[in-house]
Amino acid sequence: MSLNIARRRRPAAGYAAIAGGLVVVGTLYAGLSGGSAASASAPSQASTAVAHGKSLFETSCSSCHGLDAQGTSQAPSLVGAGAAAVDFQMSTGRMPAKEYGAENERKPTHFTQQQIYDIAAYVASLGGGPAIPDAQQVSTKGADTALGQQLFSTNCAQCHGFAGAGGALTYGKSAPSLNVATPRQIYEAMLTGPEAMPVFGDGTITPSEKRDIIALITQTRDEANPGGLSAGRTGPVTEGLVIWLGGLGFLVLIAMWLTAKRKDHAKAEPEQQS
Amino acid sequence: MSDDAVKIPPAVSGVGGWLDDRFHGARGVRVLMRKVFPDHWSFMLGEIALWSFVILLLTGTYLAFFFVPSMQDVVYHGSYTKFDGLTMSQAYESTLRISFDIRGGLLVRQIHHWAADLFMVAIFAHMLRVFFTGAYRKPREINWLIGVVLITLGMLEGLFGYSLPDDQLSGADLRITEAAFQGIPVLGTYISYFLFGGAYPGTSIVPRMYIIHVLLIPGLILALVAAHLFMMFHQKHTQMPMKGNTEKNVVGQPFWPYFLLKGQAWFFFIFGALAVLATFVQINPIWLYGPYSPLNISSASQPDWYMGFLEGAMRAMPAWEINFLGHTLTLSVLIPFLLPLGLIMTGMALWPFFEQWATGDKSFHHVNDRPRNAPVRTGVGVGAVCFYGILWAEGSNDVIADHFQVPLYTITWIARFAIIIVPIGAYFVTKRICLALQRKDAAIVAHGYESGIIRQMPDGEFVEIHTPASEEELAVLNAKVVPPALPAPGSSRGSDGNGVPAPGSRGLMGWARGVANRAFQETVEAEDGHGGDGHAEIGHGANGHGANGHEVDGGDHAAVGSGSSSGSGSGSGSEGSAHD
Amino acid sequence: MSEIPEGPHRVIGTPSPTPTAVDAPSSSSSAPAEPPAATDPPDTGHAKRAERLVAALFILAFVAGCGFLAAYVGLEVGQSDIPPGADAVVAALRSNLALGTSLSVALLALGTGSMIWVRHLTPNIEIEEQRHDLKSEPADRAAFQKEFAEGAAISQVTKRPMLRRTMLLATAPLALAPLFLLRDFGPLPGRSMRTTVWRKGLRAVVYGTNRPLRPSDMETPGSMITVIPEGYSDDADALAKAGVILIKFAPGELHVPTVHDGKTQLYGMNWTVDNIVAYSKICTHLGCPVALYEQTTHHILCPCHQSTFDATEGAKVVFGPAARPLPQLPLGTNSDGYLVALSDFTQPVGPSFWERG
Repeated sequence: MSLNIARRRRPAAGYAAIAGGLVVVGTLYAGLSGGSAASASAPSQASTAVAHGKSLFETSCSSCHGLDAQGTSQAPSLVGAGAAAVDFQMSTGRMPAKEYGAENERKPTHFTQQQIYDIAAYVASLGGGPAIPDAQQVSTKGADTALGQQLFSTNCAQCHGFAGAGGALTYGKSAPSLNVATPRQIYEAMLTGPEAMPVFGDGTITPSEKRDIIALITQTRDEANPGGLSAGRTGPVTEGLVIWLGGLGFLVLIAMWLTAKRKDHAKAEPEQQS
Repeated sequence: MSDDAVKIPPAVSGVGGWLDDRFHGARGVRVLMRKVFPDHWSFMLGEIALWSFVILLLTGTYLAFFFVPSMQDVVYHGSYTKFDGLTMSQAYESTLRISFDIRGGLLVRQIHHWAADLFMVAIFAHMLRVFFTGAYRKPREINWLIGVVLITLGMLEGLFGYSLPDDQLSGADLRITEAAFQGIPVLGTYISYFLFGGAYPGTSIVPRMYIIHVLLIPGLILALVAAHLFMMFHQKHTQMPMKGNTEKNVVGQPFWPYFLLKGQAWFFFIFGALAVLATFVQINPIWLYGPYSPLNISSASQPDWYMGFLEGAMRAMPAWEINFLGHTLTLSVLIPFLLPLGLIMTGMALWPFFEQWATGDKSFHHVNDRPRNAPVRTGVGVGAVCFYGILWAEGSNDVIADHFQVPLYTITWIARFAIIIVPIGAYFVTKRICLALQRKDAAIVAHGYESGIIRQMPDGEFVEIHTPASEEELAVLNAKVVPPALPAPGSSRGSDGNGVPAPGSRGLMGWARGVANRAFQETVEAEDGHGGDGHAEIGHGANGHGANGHEVDGGDHAAVGSGSSSGSGSGSGSEGSAHD
Repeated sequence: MSEIPEGPHRVIGTPSPTPTAVDAPSSSSSAPAEPPAATDPPDTGHAKRAERLVAALFILAFVAGCGFLAAYVGLEVGQSDIPPGADAVVAALRSNLALGTSLSVALLALGTGSMIWVRHLTPNIEIEEQRHDLKSEPADRAAFQKEFAEGAAISQVTKRPMLRRTMLLATAPLALAPLFLLRDFGPLPGRSMRTTVWRKGLRAVVYGTNRPLRPSDMETPGSMITVIPEGYSDDADALAKAGVILIKFAPGELHVPTVHDGKTQLYGMNWTVDNIVAYSKICTHLGCPVALYEQTTHHILCPCHQSTFDATEGAKVVFGPAARPLPQLPLGTNSDGYLVALSDFTQPVGPSFWERG
């Protein structure tokens, strides 16, 4: 676990993860726009997709979730979990999980988008649950970012932070950064409430409002920092470190130069005043 | 300077003469021009605060031309199009305008905020310098007290300043401030309602904070800074213990022209450093925080650094609330709100007087102490820094938890214990280190340095030659002043020889004073390498002392060893001193 | 190792020894032997180089300063002044970078130039100023005290207690006046801190969109949303106390114990609808909005000071400085099936205060 953290903390690994994430994003978009039939709701290929998904499920997921996805002592039942939950968990690489635990970190996935859709179709066929949103539903074109800001501040920022950088939760859990999540993953997360995250269903936050929130998140993360380096947009803690180490540190070095003994020997001049 | 070598320019004789005709200033200004400024890097820390304050006044005035201190709601239709149509207060809108619509507005805003952070950093660093070198001692106690008031005012000024834009982050701070006031017994709710003009948040707090922030507190700070500088000028600088520096003089370069040029350089460096920060490091991005609503919150909500220790105290405090005669006493708010602030500020204010009381030292001090030569003071100072530092770190426990993957509650539990254990431990460890360093100094004074040259004696023994310390170094090393012992009750020296205890040493206070005095007394006496009177001789060379040096080498190590292993701090003055 | 060190070792914290100290130890004691001070530094070649360097730095500062003016004129900011389609944030970034860089260079060059000037172009002169006793001569002190006492006597203030006392009496009301003037800073709290705007039948609407909710809108267990009393979305004073979070549980998860304080009910399952419970969003510690709800642990965490509440059991405190559970809002449905309050909170919400009892 700690080794894994150390690896993730390395910048190169971070870039690799982002690059990997981008590849995934690209594939996702291609899969979505090209093969809309792949959506779990498409009836024509549904039966083959479900069959294919079931076999994939049995090899990759059933060891924890049980042969019929009814759940085991290690993992919850997926009956009623829905396609959106499967797509979120698998496309972010959280599932299949490396080990049993309350929280799984985002990592590159080894499944193709089609395989994920098939598994999602299988899980959806077990009954109920939210479907995977289509491209239209997660498009941020013409979204109201002002309303998005209002809803984000009220419902998201308390865990994910004012700029979506993530934050600490109880018992070592943490809310992840939103900076690498795709619009569809954000939508699915709101809809399904993965892990510790509560559910923001369509009854409380409508699909159009979800788009406003996604627009706010994506616009904020793409926005330049007009004031310079933002230090991860984490707030005043880093500012305090910068002013002590950078500000005072630099000025103390200058002060040492300013007051260093001069090499040419000083001439002492006695006081002349009375 | 010899007068005949320099030609007097007409401006000086003309304009100067014209002014002198009217103000009789030549003599006074001449004194000012020859004012001596001792050189030491740590003497520049207070000046950072001074110049930061000047920069704050300049940039603050500029910002005030554009800032609208009003909580009236408006619908935003400005340059930051992401917020188009969002309802916000005029204070927030005008801050967005400063950031996005006024050329240089963002730069000035960022310089102002960085300067505020630097102002507080410099004040704290300056205060630590003054404390650890004992520069607050007689006759400078009043200036120390002014400094304590300035720190408090600076914190308030900063809190009100960053709360003005009415953004989400500072609003959270304001809410906490309001709730902390509410927790005050009897008067709390009234203070809160009067401050906010009714229920929180109301519409009065921003205009009220504004006038306090731009007029009241800056005015007070300005007046106190003027008094601070006047006293420093009148009583003359302290100086570091160096060759030629005595209690009777002050050595350095004169104001005109040296310090004026240096001051100019220093001002530009500080302004430059702030400009670099404001250009390349974003501070307080209120457009990311969003406008304030009492129902919204962001994770990692932190105050600016100088309020962080209060935030930490609030976080570390366990839940504790009692019902007191039908009234609620919110100890989980009251204690963290008042105790650390009270301990640190009151402790700072009282320390010079406590030290005088404990040591009985009523003499003037113009030459500063080296921290190692005042082990109790240095120990208490390091303990206080640890106390502050732990609270400060706990104030960012969620950021630490997130970045270092430590469970949140674990950090709080560590802080709850560390806040008691670490400062006390730090006191004893620091004191021991100080005494060990004193021992090292004493050894150098007595025997000089190991030269690295090994000689074989005629009888076959190998000895290392020691080189004596230079005069400059000896001046520093010998600069230790140990406070005189108070007569302690119960001991043989406490009575006047007839068994009558000395006045002032009776009762509980007398006992406490005796205990404190013995702690202050603990020191390392000068090494007596020659069986002399205990005063180290200066300038004895290496030649002919080889055998002696060899012995002392061992003695030195033994002394340091005993210093670090003897844990009791209650020994009398001669404890642990190394006689060979 | 075999090399003989030229000078003694240096102790950290001590000044570096000046070269003459060892060679001529008596130089300091014979100060009058010093040559008369000159206004020029001795090494003219060195000074010439330093002068050129300083001038170059000042010219750099001049150029950078001009750059600042040019950047101000040349780089527009604000949506109305930049070309259509351009990003105001990027414009602000460019302007800040250009203005800030030129300003930084100008200031640092000026500072560095001044520094080299004073260190390399002036002769190194130290002067010694004598300290004088800060306290006055005893004669001066006595004279002052005498004169002061005389003046006081002349003023009659010591001799005529009636004058003294009536004068003090006259200033007393004026001294109190500022305190009285503070009175109208705000209304008295009265009982207003004990109540919120919630009342029987008031609908709970989603904060931000003002949409009323039916229990079916929160079908999925683990749902959470912030709601406010309908009609108060623009009233910050009301919202600061009346904000509420609704949390939906799976059947069997919720065990809000029934708590009575005297006759008043404070918590209870009868105030939940369809496994939806309503808690105040205002932390009982210092008033931050508590909203970090973890649907796995059912903990509500306050981001400000990490007070943690267990949502399944009447929001009881499980960690942190908050001393009281979050108050529960009695929740019901109206005839149209919308979620409404059954009454106001039955206890004061938010941070504790003296009169809370």
